Formats: sequence, structure tokens, C-alpha cells
Amino acid sequence: MIKTVIIDDEPLARSIVKEYLQNDKDIEVMQECGDGFEGVKAIMQHKPDIIFLDIQMPKITGFEMLELVDFPVSVIFTTAFDEYAIKAFEAHAIDYLLKPFSKERFDKALKKWKEQHTGAEPKQNTTALLENTHKQPEEQNRVVVKNGNNIKIIPVNDIHYIEAYDDYVKIFTKDGYSLKKKTMNYFEQSLNADQFVRVHRSYIVQVQQITKIEALEKDSHIALLKTGAKVPLSKTGYTKLKSVLGL
Amino acid sequence: MSFAYIAYILLWAMLHVCVFHRLGFSWPIAFVDSAINNGLLLALSLAMAMSLRYFSPSKRNVLMLIGWSITLAIVSAAVSNFCLLQIFDAETDYVALLHKAFLIRFCVSFLIIEWVVLFSWILNRMRARQEIDARKADVEKLLRDAELEGLRQQLQPHFLFNSLNSISALAGSKPEEARKMIQQLSDFLRGTLKKDDKQMLSLQEELKHLQLYLDIEKVRFGHRLNTAINADEQSLGLLIPPLLLQPLVENAIKFGLYDTIGEVTIQISSSVEGKNLRVTITNPFDAETAQPNQGTGFGLKSVQRRLSLLFFRNDLLKTESKENLYTTTVVIPQTI
Repeated sequence: MIKTVIIDDEPLARSIVKEYLQNDKDIEVMQECGDGFEGVKAIMQHKPDIIFLDIQMPKITGFEMLELVDFPVSVIFTTAFDEYAIKAFEAHAIDYLLKPFSKERFDKALKKWKEQHTGAEPKQNTTALLENTHKQPEEQNRVVVKNGNNIKIIPVNDIHYIEAYDDYVKIFTKDGYSLKKKTMNYFEQSLNADQFVRVHRSYIVQVQQITKIEALEKDSHIALLKTGAKVPLSKTGYTKLKSVLGL
Repeated sequence: MSFAYIAYILLWAMLHVCVFHRLGFSWPIAFVDSAINNGLLLALSLAMAMSLRYFSPSKRNVLMLIGWSITLAIVSAAVSNFCLLQIFDAETDYVALLHKAFLIRFCVSFLIIEWVVLFSWILNRMRARQEIDARKADVEKLLRDAELEGLRQQLQPHFLFNSLNSISALAGSKPEEARKMIQQLSDFLRGTLKKDDKQMLSLQEELKHLQLYLDIEKVRFGHRLNTAINADEQSLGLLIPPLLLQPLVENAIKFGLYDTIGEVTIQISSSVEGKNLRVTITNPFDAETAQPNQGTGFGLKSVQRRLSLLFFRNDLLKTESKENLYTTTVVIPQTI
């Protein structure tokens, strides 16, 4: 049995996907979700093989929702926006259905998935998808994180600093830190370079948060933040920071 | 000033020194004569060029300019003669020459100052021309952009495609409703197409058109979307540019629906304010996570532009976010 979850904020848009799936005996719709929060829960709970995912949805977008899912799942996007199509295709989404889509077009997308999944090879699609959707990182103005069962949207202005932590990063805000499975390079590229500076291999700091730069010894500096936190600066990081601050 | 200018002036001054030396005067005399003469001339020319930068003369000012040039030339020749007479009063040959050469000095000064005037006039004209051309190109580009944006706005592709998708869904399960929605969508589109931008409409008509839009959106979003229209009886007869409210409401719906979870109520109310019509649109949002610039969306910007084109005012559209409510207020002057 192929398990699927439909995530779209418009009920009729969900119902048409359901209708198209009706006669396919191999496929079972586990759940329908109206937003990304429900979507994450449903995916964790049902571990579906395919999800049908809208992009613009309440609170978090389809792309942001995928970032919160640790579980590898194949994605077929369904949206009226063709702006993201190229991105998603480059990123090996199974398919990208532009609303309104016909039954034939829908079946083609499913067939594509079935062809790719006749063997028992692992499904790595989302991981590849996510890496690629951010290949030319647009400047982002918020970060979506999951602490346990809570999903939190952090406006980038609220980020004090980011610290590398194995495969994760710790994102520090006034409420402590949140973990996110992303690389330092990803954040360095997608955050505004005038606002966030990679001051160390393991640290990115928001410039406005810095109150003081102290020299520990020759060639070794730390930045003191408003919160009292201390962030080490590497030699190149120190130079970079100085140039951003116009020193 | 560029290097070429300086080189040119120095060359001119050196020539002056050489000529005086050839006439039989000592190097110091030749040198000081050149320095004082040309220094003064340079200062006056610069002053002239500077003032011409800020004051561009018309043809009527020509006489005045010539008058000024003559005055400056006299000043230059007289002052330099006076200074040189003070310095070298013992050199009789030189003093005699100074007296004799006054007229020539004046003529040369006059020619040079006149040349500076002409030169800066041409330069100014060229600069002004370039500015005009650049501005013209800007205006054309703005117009083109506005036209394109207007077209796109008129088509509202996202609204259209999502509505068509809803219809497609209804066609299978509830063909009657699908037919109804096609009707609504057609009426809405027809209304959009035939509206003339210059012709003002009564608020009542505008609200009727808006209702079509809201009905379609309600089918799309189901129970999540509620609307409450609260129109003051007296305001219904007041005039409003056609299709002005729809982008504002669209903005409120998007903002409200995409920024919160659960049911959303969009409130639209109208009233008479002085002689003007005042419409407010309110939507809920989440103050904690809202994007700071989400409010100034595409819809708002184009409405703002339309209002300023129609009424030559930039203060008619205002937005305000208080607690968890975002309010858009638009005031329509009743010109008649």
C-alpha cells in the first residue's frame, strides 16, 4: 500500500487530489491537512510515501514545512504559482502540478513516482530537494524551527547569533536556543551579509547585537553581545567584522 | 578641475613669462607680472564659471553677461596694474609699459572671461539636456511598468488559477455548485474588464462587485473565511474609483489567511467623513511572526499609485497595525 498525505489550505484543492486518487487501489490517503503544522505532525505520524504539497499556506510555506520533516518523503507539489516550478524541478521533486491540473497530468506524476520507486532504493528526494531549493539562497527573513512538538517562526532580526553544533546549528534568541539541521554555510549565504557576519568557523553573529570587541591576546578577539554572551572571533572573522562595521 | 585644465593654465602663464623676458625685462619682473595677472584672471574666471553653474542665463541676459565680463576685465586689468605698480615702482621701463599695455591687458582679460562664459554656458546646456533625457527615459519606464502592472493586476493570475482549480474540484462532486461558481467568476471578470478608470462609481456598485469576489474566495477557502460588511447608509451613494477596494480586500484576505491559523474575519466598513468617503478594511494577523514588510504588498502599492494619479494626494491610503488587527483605511475625496 502506498501511503499519502495531502497538504493544502484550500479544501476544494484537497478534494480534487483525493478524487483523482479514488480509483487507485494501491494508494491510501492517510490524512488531509490544512496547514504546514498539521502537515509535519501527519508526516511524522503516518510516515507517508508521497505527499501532495501546496506552497503558499498559512503561517509556514510548503518549503518551510519540508525543512521541519526529518523523515525522507517524496513530494509532488500542487500550486497555482509557477515561480517555484523551475526550482522544484531542478531539485528533483517528483513532479510539480500547476493548478488546475487534469487527471491525465496527475496520473503522469504518479506514474513517475512509481517508476522511480519500483526498486527498493531509499527515498532521498526531500533531502536533495531542500538542498537545491536553496542553492541560490534568497535572502530569508525568517527561520522556521521545531522544538519538540512546537514549531516556532523566528524573524531573522530576533536572532542573536548562530553556533555550529555537529550536524545542526544552535540559533540563539532571547528565549534561549533552537536547533536546526542546516549548515553554517547555508546561513552564511542566505542571511543578509551586512547584518550577519560569519566571525568564526562555528559562529555567525548579528552585528547589531555586538556591544564590544575585546582583545584576549595578540590576534585573538572575542565579541561581547548585548545579552552578555561571548563569541570568539577568528582572525579572518575579525577582519570581516571590522569591514562590515566600517572600521 | 582636471589635470588638462591645470596644464593649460600653466602653459599660458609660462608663455606670458617668456614673452615678457623677450621684451627685455628681468626674470623676476616677468615672473611676477605673469603670476599676478594670470592669477587674478583665473580667480575671476572661476568665480564667473561658478556663478554660471547655479544661474543659467537666458538669451535676454546676454547684454548683462557682456557687461559683467567687461567689468570683470577692467577690474582684473586695473587691480593687477595697481599691484604691479606698487611692487616695481622703481623700474621706469616697466612702469611705462604697464601704462601703455593697460588696454591690451583689458582686451585679453575680456576675451578670456568671455570664453569662460561661453564655455560654461555650452557645458550647462549639455548637462541640462542630458538630465532632461534621463528624466524622460525614467518617466517612460515608469509608465511602461505601470501599464504592465495594471495588466497583471487586472488578470490576477493566482486568483484565477486557484478559482479554476476549485471549479475543477466541484465539477466532479457538485456540478451545480461548479456551474454557480463559473457564473460568479464570469460576472466578476466581466465587471473587471468593462470598468473605465476615469469613471467614478457609487460605493454601492463597487460593493456589489466586491461581493462577487468575496463569494468566490469563500468557496475557495471554505469556512476559514468570514466577511462582515458594515456600510453606512449615507456612504452608499458616494463615489469611488472602480475596483479600488478589491486589491485592498485581497491583500487583507491573503494577510489574514496566511498569517494565522483557524477562522478569519475580514471586516469592511464605510462611513462619511466630512464630505469624503472613508472605507476601512480590517484583518487579523499574528503580531509575533508577521513579516515587517508584508503590509506594503503589491496590492497596496498599486492602489496608492492610483490614488495619487487620480487625486494628486499621497495621504489617502493609510495602514495601521494594532495588537493583532491590521487596518487599511482609504479616504476618497468627493470632488463634485
